[in-house]
Amino acid sequence: MWDYNDKVMDHFLHPRNVGEVENPDGVAQVGNITCGDALKLSFKLDKNNRIAEVKFQTFGCASAIASSSALTELVKGMTLEDAEKVTNKDIVNILGDLPEAKLHCSVMGMEALQAAIANYRGEKGGAAGKNEHEGRIVCKCFSVTDTKIRQLALANNLHTVEEITDYCKAGGACGSCLNEIQGILDGLWKEKKTESESSKRAEFMRLPLIQRVLKVQEIIDTEVKPMLAQDGGSIELLDMKDNVVVVKLTGRCAACPSAGVTLKSGVEAILRDCLFPEIVVESR
Amino acid sequence: MDDKKLIYLDNNATTAVAPEVFETMRPYFCERYGNPSSIHTFGGSVTADIENARAAVARLLGADWKDRHGKFTEIIFTGCGTESDNAAIMSALSACPRKRKVVMSMVEHPAVLSMGKELEQRGYPVSYVPVDSNGRLDLARYEEMIDADTAVVSIMWANNETGNIYPVEQCAEIAHRYGALFHTDAVQAIGKIPCNLAASRIDMLSLSGHKLHAPKGVGALYVRRGTRFHPTQIGGHQERGRRAGTENVASIIGLGKAAELALAALERENTYVRDLRDRLERGICGNIPQAEVLGDPEHRLPNTTLIGFEAVEGESILMRMDRLGICASSGSACTTGSLEPSHVLRAMGVPDTLAHSAIRFSLSTYNTPEEIAFVIREMPGIIAWLRKLSPFWKK
Repeated sequence: MWDYNDKVMDHFLHPRNVGEVENPDGVAQVGNITCGDALKLSFKLDKNNRIAEVKFQTFGCASAIASSSALTELVKGMTLEDAEKVTNKDIVNILGDLPEAKLHCSVMGMEALQAAIANYRGEKGGAAGKNEHEGRIVCKCFSVTDTKIRQLALANNLHTVEEITDYCKAGGACGSCLNEIQGILDGLWKEKKTESESSKRAEFMRLPLIQRVLKVQEIIDTEVKPMLAQDGGSIELLDMKDNVVVVKLTGRCAACPSAGVTLKSGVEAILRDCLFPEIVVESR
Repeated sequence: MDDKKLIYLDNNATTAVAPEVFETMRPYFCERYGNPSSIHTFGGSVTADIENARAAVARLLGADWKDRHGKFTEIIFTGCGTESDNAAIMSALSACPRKRKVVMSMVEHPAVLSMGKELEQRGYPVSYVPVDSNGRLDLARYEEMIDADTAVVSIMWANNETGNIYPVEQCAEIAHRYGALFHTDAVQAIGKIPCNLAASRIDMLSLSGHKLHAPKGVGALYVRRGTRFHPTQIGGHQERGRRAGTENVASIIGLGKAAELALAALERENTYVRDLRDRLERGICGNIPQAEVLGDPEHRLPNTTLIGFEAVEGESILMRMDRLGICASSGSACTTGSLEPSHVLRAMGVPDTLAHSAIRFSLSTYNTPEEIAFVIREMPGIIAWLRKLSPFWKK
């Protein structure tokens, strides 16, 4: 039993804009019967290039029909430029919410729209269609490529295989590609992390020296000193050059045999965490 | 849901507890709550009631053998059909450790099929017998798969989705030819078709209470006398050490009563219920174009029909039926939470267009001709409405 909200049920029981637009400007069909759902979308533009008429036909479950219906309501009256920016999240927002395992229905809506717009522009397949052919098939059961998995993961901040399955079914049948999908996600988010870290470093280095010193001093005062104070020690900032921060441990820390450990796994770790991972702390 | 009338056509999923069954169970909660293992009369006297329930189940199964104390010891009460299935297969493997092969059909219920996958993981060779497009077992392939290393064969008596009845006697005979034990998951068959284990070659048989108007949480496993049995659940001496754990007294009493009722109603099941089912099937297929009965038309449970509706999806159909208070099931991917259509329909090679659209109606003795007429009246509108929405429907 699926827990559909009233809005979803309303769109399922009273779907808007059912059928096919006569002499459409753009038309596309995505999904297929093997996978258990398919959506055919057609639209006609007015003289201002806005979507004047849009209709759908859907084979699928209640949430697939509701997602299609919501999509047509959403894009009616939009310019193509705006319609192109519609995502599956916009469709879910109209419906209020969808069960997690049904999110792929909203993704199908987005893909149908993109494909229909591409059809109007005379491109083959469009963004969604391109994905189908671009990249390497990872999930054979539902013909999902690595490119599509990466795109969905980035657009919806997906980190687990279960989330990917909810959004595009990949991995939901025989399960033989589950490890590969996890590998793609791990690689993707690791890459993202590295990217954001290197951009953090560049940002920090662009600051004038005085700003950089103040920033490090602030971290030392608010994060490092309280930690050392617990053991009766303290710290002073002496110098800075590029990614090297020179400090002096004082109080009890000065004579402590574990001073080296404190410096590296304590002070350096905090600074790396707050600034960027290439920070090196040295003592004098 | 409250004031809407309910038309329950999902009896292969579960059944209503019969009012007579409920009344028989009632005293065992607050009044006769004693433990049958106790020495005092208050508890100990419950033992006799459990033995009467066992006798009723034995009679339903036609398992008339009694030990020298007059007890039907071939029947073991369990917690459910799945437990019975698991216990039977595991027992066969541990009772005969030098044989390691297991054979089952591709269309078994997950209670058996998942056991097969698990055994494969543990290193046992498991073979799965294919079926044809009507879901009939490939007996030639079946025999090829069995050899002297086969410890146990498990073939369901009747399929939960299609209602297909399998030739279990013939299968048991073939299994015995190679010295393998034969188990059947008879959860869907018992109470719907006659069973006479006294004249049968079946070694072990599983049944479930809630499929025959007893409550959920009770089942039974038949183990033919002389069959070595290794328990999976270890503990006290209950069920002669073959299924430890304090007896689920009230439910066992309920299962006994349900077995008695089922035996008495067997003829009604095969006349009245069969007639309703046939009427429903004719009514639906006669009034809806491209609606097709799936399964084996000749060997089928009297209460079940599985119908595919071209170009529409099962969950949508069920949701529209639900609005009218009609309960049924679907082999469609979307209803199960899994993304694949039913493994049974896949094994039968049913085209995806039909597999996603198949609706299973399973009736019981409590259904009425008025209910069936109502469903026949409403189904064409539901299907036509959904087909209007479907890009695959060609008028």
